[in-house]
Amino acid sequence: MTTQANDLAVDVRGLRKQYGDVTAVDGIDLEIRTGEVFGLLGPNGAGKSTTVEILQGNRGRDAGEVLVLGSDPATGTRAWRSRVGIVWQDESAPAELTVGETVRHFARYYPRPRDPEEVIGLVGLEAKADSRIKALSGGQRRRLDVALGVIGDPELLLLDEPTTGFDPAARRQFWDLIRKLAGEGTTILLTTHYLEEAENLADRLAIVAKGRVVAEGEPAALRERHGTGATVEWTEQDGTPRAEHTDTPTKVVAELMHRFDGEIPGLLVTRPTLEDVYLRLTGQEDVR
Amino acid sequence: MTTTAVRARPRTSEERLPGAWGLGLRRGVLELKQFFRQRDQVVFTFAFPVVFLFLFASIFKDDVRGAGVTASQLYVPAMMAAGIMSTSFQSLGISIAIERDEKVLRRLRGTPMPPAAYFLGKIWLVLVTGLLETAILLLVGTGFYGVDLPSSAGKWLDFGWIFVLGLTACALLGIAVSSVPKSGKSATSVVVLPFLVLQFISGVYISIDTIPDWMLNIGALFPLKWMCQGLRGVFLPSSAQVLEQAGSWEFGKIALVLGAWCVGGLLLCLLTFRWKNRRDG
Repeated sequence: MTTQANDLAVDVRGLRKQYGDVTAVDGIDLEIRTGEVFGLLGPNGAGKSTTVEILQGNRGRDAGEVLVLGSDPATGTRAWRSRVGIVWQDESAPAELTVGETVRHFARYYPRPRDPEEVIGLVGLEAKADSRIKALSGGQRRRLDVALGVIGDPELLLLDEPTTGFDPAARRQFWDLIRKLAGEGTTILLTTHYLEEAENLADRLAIVAKGRVVAEGEPAALRERHGTGATVEWTEQDGTPRAEHTDTPTKVVAELMHRFDGEIPGLLVTRPTLEDVYLRLTGQEDVR
Repeated sequence: MTTTAVRARPRTSEERLPGAWGLGLRRGVLELKQFFRQRDQVVFTFAFPVVFLFLFASIFKDDVRGAGVTASQLYVPAMMAAGIMSTSFQSLGISIAIERDEKVLRRLRGTPMPPAAYFLGKIWLVLVTGLLETAILLLVGTGFYGVDLPSSAGKWLDFGWIFVLGLTACALLGIAVSSVPKSGKSATSVVVLPFLVLQFISGVYISIDTIPDWMLNIGALFPLKWMCQGLRGVFLPSSAQVLEQAGSWEFGKIALVLGAWCVGGLLLCLLTFRWKNRRDG
């Protein structure tokens, strides 16, 4: 399949960034198509945030070509900024203002904002619209951050670890929000170190480790390409649990069926999860 | 590949971005809301120079020999100048350093807000709080310490330009100094010390004829000394000119120095202003 340059919301080639002696980004290539949700997955310190900050136009780079919505972010104009929405990793909004005041005010910065009340509803803060920001919980503040990121009706939304610190319920809500935005056609790049999040949200993802992309593709394809074999688990008649790693799980199960003559107690056939693939690719296998 | 629904968004190059003046006014309203909602900050900001005026003008109230004024009268214009500097230099220096540390500035930089709108908003904030502060001190000064309101339109005009130039110069210096502290936490100490020293060597706390010449000469490099001098010229009888270093109010020189600081302060801001913290690169 050929991809034309103007189908790409983000086009990064050979990106490098060094902090003193530390190489944070060591030659990253990224192609994010217009309209897709792209996940940048990797452990802390892999270079995800640095990469996103360069795409935001908030950090310089040492080498590489970067085009975001057709422009170099390093020379981003106001018109360009109005097309890119940003949700930073650590933010603070003016504590003394209310949610409604803040969202309505930020809407004024953009040539064609979304309706502030609609955006407040979109992130589920209707009940808090008249509350001062200082009275919000951590999760509510994060949702306000997202509201401010999308108020300008961006074509591209850059989210840096948007759900860090969320409880599971808040994370599910947030996922629904991202799906809703993606459904409206917004291109989304999100970084995360939660595998489940990347697998649930991203059409495609890139796994980064030590400043490089170590794998890229659709989550299922990544799992297939990088995860080989399967594990068959069962329980022996004397109660001992057994597990066998094999490339031919069907054959193992067939043999077991002969031996047990009927139901195999505790039978479980598992393929490597994306997490297994991820941990192996990022060199963290031993943490399990 | 996945199916994607791409919104049809015709974007024209001449799409109108909101203008800096209008947004600056909106930001000014927002800044004022934030300021006045922090009640303790409001009380202390406005009470500080009033309390100092009360202390100094009540402790030192004798006639100043040969000048035709009392020490209390001298403190009224001095505290007004210090009040203008505290609402501009000190409040901006500290608040912008904190906003930078808390990434408020970085977030604004990520939007299409024109940078000028941010500074215009700060100017509105400083203008309103500075006017209020000055009005309060004027009320206290005329009510309790024997200072008369300017008697002629010319004096009011002098008052006007000294206020505007002094406030602008100090606000710009405040914006510039906000880049000095490494974090929001250290901002107060970094900003307050030079302000305090300036108040001692510019004739705010200590009468101008008591300060050693070399100190006064250092003070004369900065706007505060000239703001004090100009306000004395507005509010005191001309007999008090004998106390001045030059023996006169020197209005021309005051305009020149304050004007120069406005230009210099603007250049300093343009050269040093940062939207991000130092450790954020």
